[in-house]
Amino acid sequence: MNFPVLSIIVFTPIVAALIILLIPAERKTEARGVALAAATFALLLSFWVYLSYDKTAAGYQFVEQYSWLPQLGISLHLGVDGISAPLVLLTGVVMFTGVLISWGDFGEHVSAGIQDRPREFFAFLFILATGVFGVFVSLDLFMLFFFYEIAVFPMYLLIVIWGWIQTREYAAMKLTLYLFIGSVVALVGALAMYWVAGQNTGIYTFDMLQLEKAGFSASFQNLWFLPVFFGFAVLGGIWPFHNWSPDGHVAAPTAVSMFHAGVLMKLGAFAALRVGIMLLPEGAKHWSWIIMLCAGVAVVYGAFIAFVQTDMKYMIGFSSVSHMGLVMLGISTLNHDGLLGAGVQMFSHGVMTALFFAVTGMIYDRSHTRQIPELGGMNKIMPFASIGFIIGGLVSMGMPGFSGFIAEFPIFMGVWKTQWLVAVIASISIILTAAYIMLAIRRVFFGKMPEKFEGHITPITILDKVAIFTLCSFMVVIGVFPSFMVPMVETGVQNALRLLGVQ
Amino acid sequence: MFTSISFLSILPETLILVLGIVVLIVEPFWKNENRRNVGWLTAGGLFATLIISLLIGRPGDPVPALGGMIRFDWLGFFFKMLFVFGAGITALFLMDHEKVGQRGEAYVLLLASTIGMCLMASSADLVMLYLAIETTSIPLYVLAGFMLSDEHSTEAGFKYLLFGAMTSAVMLYGFSLLFGFTGTTNLYVLAAALQSGHLAASVMLGVVFLLIVGLGFKVSIVPFHFWAPDVYQGAPTPISGFLSTASKAAGFAVIARLFLVVFPDFTLSWTTMLAVLSAVTMTVGNLLALPQKNLKRMLAYSSIAHAGYAMIGIVAISKLGITSVVFYMVAYIVTNMAAFGVVAAVGRVVGSDEYDAYRGLSRRSPWLGLIMLAAFLSLAGMPPFGGFVAKIFVFAAGIQANYTWLVVIGILNSIVGVYYYLNVMKYVYLYRMEKEDEEKHPIALTRPYVIALAVLALGVILVGTIFAPWFSWSSAAVVNLF
Repeated sequence: MNFPVLSIIVFTPIVAALIILLIPAERKTEARGVALAAATFALLLSFWVYLSYDKTAAGYQFVEQYSWLPQLGISLHLGVDGISAPLVLLTGVVMFTGVLISWGDFGEHVSAGIQDRPREFFAFLFILATGVFGVFVSLDLFMLFFFYEIAVFPMYLLIVIWGWIQTREYAAMKLTLYLFIGSVVALVGALAMYWVAGQNTGIYTFDMLQLEKAGFSASFQNLWFLPVFFGFAVLGGIWPFHNWSPDGHVAAPTAVSMFHAGVLMKLGAFAALRVGIMLLPEGAKHWSWIIMLCAGVAVVYGAFIAFVQTDMKYMIGFSSVSHMGLVMLGISTLNHDGLLGAGVQMFSHGVMTALFFAVTGMIYDRSHTRQIPELGGMNKIMPFASIGFIIGGLVSMGMPGFSGFIAEFPIFMGVWKTQWLVAVIASISIILTAAYIMLAIRRVFFGKMPEKFEGHITPITILDKVAIFTLCSFMVVIGVFPSFMVPMVETGVQNALRLLGVQ
Repeated sequence: MFTSISFLSILPETLILVLGIVVLIVEPFWKNENRRNVGWLTAGGLFATLIISLLIGRPGDPVPALGGMIRFDWLGFFFKMLFVFGAGITALFLMDHEKVGQRGEAYVLLLASTIGMCLMASSADLVMLYLAIETTSIPLYVLAGFMLSDEHSTEAGFKYLLFGAMTSAVMLYGFSLLFGFTGTTNLYVLAAALQSGHLAASVMLGVVFLLIVGLGFKVSIVPFHFWAPDVYQGAPTPISGFLSTASKAAGFAVIARLFLVVFPDFTLSWTTMLAVLSAVTMTVGNLLALPQKNLKRMLAYSSIAHAGYAMIGIVAISKLGITSVVFYMVAYIVTNMAAFGVVAAVGRVVGSDEYDAYRGLSRRSPWLGLIMLAAFLSLAGMPPFGGFVAKIFVFAAGIQANYTWLVVIGILNSIVGVYYYLNVMKYVYLYRMEKEDEEKHPIALTRPYVIALAVLALGVILVGTIFAPWFSWSSAAVVNLF
């Protein structure tokens, strides 16, 4: 593969960000146009990568390697496997829909989206996107950290400048500190891996494909697995370090919530899997019960808390904790079914939660409230959004025919094989999820619209509809044709299983 | 005696000296209103010095020069280039600083101090070293107190002088003990004599401590940091920037050379002492930066903390350790200069360095806001800016040398750092001016600021992304040291 498609995907957003910054501040439409063009370009490329990934060959494909700092064995080494290719596509999708949702004044709708300084907004959002793409395709531990941190800091600005005025300062700082603490803790582990691998093999390198073969001793793995795994898993929203996540979701503007819940949390789970489990497999086996415990608590506890929320964003935020708990639960099984389910769930939850936040944002922009009891009858004015939310809800409940089922069923199978009791307890969350989602749908979209909203709520724009349609189509396609995604994730899972030494 | 090596070894110093003389001669001929143009002359001359030295003044294998007074090697040369660069940027920042930029003396003092720094980085003899340190310090005392009508500035100058004089006297006592034990002042001869001299470790530790007093003052490590906040706050902002970057880097150049050359046999005792000092420095610097409300004071405490981080690399006493210190200094000089440059640019228009003066800055001047963002994120250790890579290298060296506890302390500290750096960015990006009419109050940047800030912003990003060349040069600087 000579065409450097992955590096183009990674650097498209940041180049677009620089171009956007060069546009004069008052020319908002041009800034948005560049943003949309870049997002479309990145989406098409990532879709192309996804479709042309060779499932029979498996392994890392579209590999590029550029020497970066040979003295320390750092290189810009990019490549995707069956687990990361769907996540790259997910990032492309969320980036594209996020731009559509944040467009701002379009036609008669002047209240929605990002009105204030869209130029800076899109620039920071795209810097974030570069970081996210970079983590998913990095095969070099140093570069993975490099991109990981790039994905963290724009979040602070995006939330603090454009966020919900009541909690943004608190939530943004909390989020940044949690994620930074997590990543630096993992960093110490990564540096330890670097030196020990160098002593073992004589080659000092950050290349993860080399580190896989470093032969870390069991005691080393047991010592460093927990810091590395949990350092990353903080971003995956694992209990008891999930606290930043609902606050962050609530305070963030719509597109940032979409990015945050849709993609960033996957970043944590993915990095925990890629660095924690695949580089330190013995440690993973030793400590998998702790992950299973934390993830199991997250699944049930998140669902319970989501159940009692009245704020739509808090509800979705805690449901994300619950669903990401399922991903972690799948990872903790360390068996084929669990990992496969976790891989699909990452994508499925990404599009689903992005859709939830998009629709919530549309409602909030028009009604200026997210309190479920205060809303009602939205179906009349925005039927399209309502259908989208319902599809998202069905995915969330794990209804057959939608992507959620394809993802959650193998997870529960995997957990059952490992520890049936956890599977039983975790399944409580399915009932709870069905309950809170259906309640929310009924109260927000159906019933009588409160009088104060009569005549004030405007329909959603064509851009919003495109975004909803894009997100929904992925959920349905995967649900109806699992072969669209499952065989691909399968190849990535096989690779992880090989490293774990189980087949 | 005056061979071509001797000449090349002090080429940058000679050029700067010539430049200083030229400045002194032409300055009286300029009319008062044009006198700031001396800044163009100084900065241009310094950048010419930089280029000429890079073209023809590069060292080969290390050789002693000028009768062993200095050593002509990459470590010295690399640091010299950093100082010359820093001084050139400072000259640009000085130009539009009221009460300072129109005075030719300021530029001459700046040049004199730069000569001292260059000699500090390359001196291989205690006598030369002491002279160089004083040549660096005395012009800086004057510059810190340059604004005579300003209470804070005079206080800064006086405080800096008192602390500097005291600590350098203590250090001189350490030098005299070294001379007394060995009968020589040449560092390299001295090292050999110490190794064969069978001196008690406790005596050597005492000597090391005396030296640390003097050098610790230069790089502002705790407990010799008390001068920094007051001096940085009171001194003209560009001079604060120069003090916190070039002057600190000069201190680290001396520490690297002195400790690795003279005391390699006594590593265990002094590295433990330095490790403890490093941990305390990071912690105290960061914790005291938290409650600050004045940006210059905050940057002063942050620069104390950064001295602590860089110290981890010294403690590691490995090739990678010293390389990472040199790299850290590169990243830190561009970053902190950019930060102080923004402070100078804003302070000139707004007339205050309090956090409140930065309300709505991103709306008043979006580009200035972005440069400040880049500088502060780099200080906080975020990619793609220089500070991130520099910190990782230092931490990697620490872990390699089995100082994991020190690295953990460093990491905890950098989390504290993230908090207070982002806190300032909140003023810049979130808070607004009282009447929310930022567009009517743009921050006008004069041309020197534009040029200097553009160069620095580019530098911050380049060091943080294309770091291989900087790393190669840093490790080239170190390779001859061992």
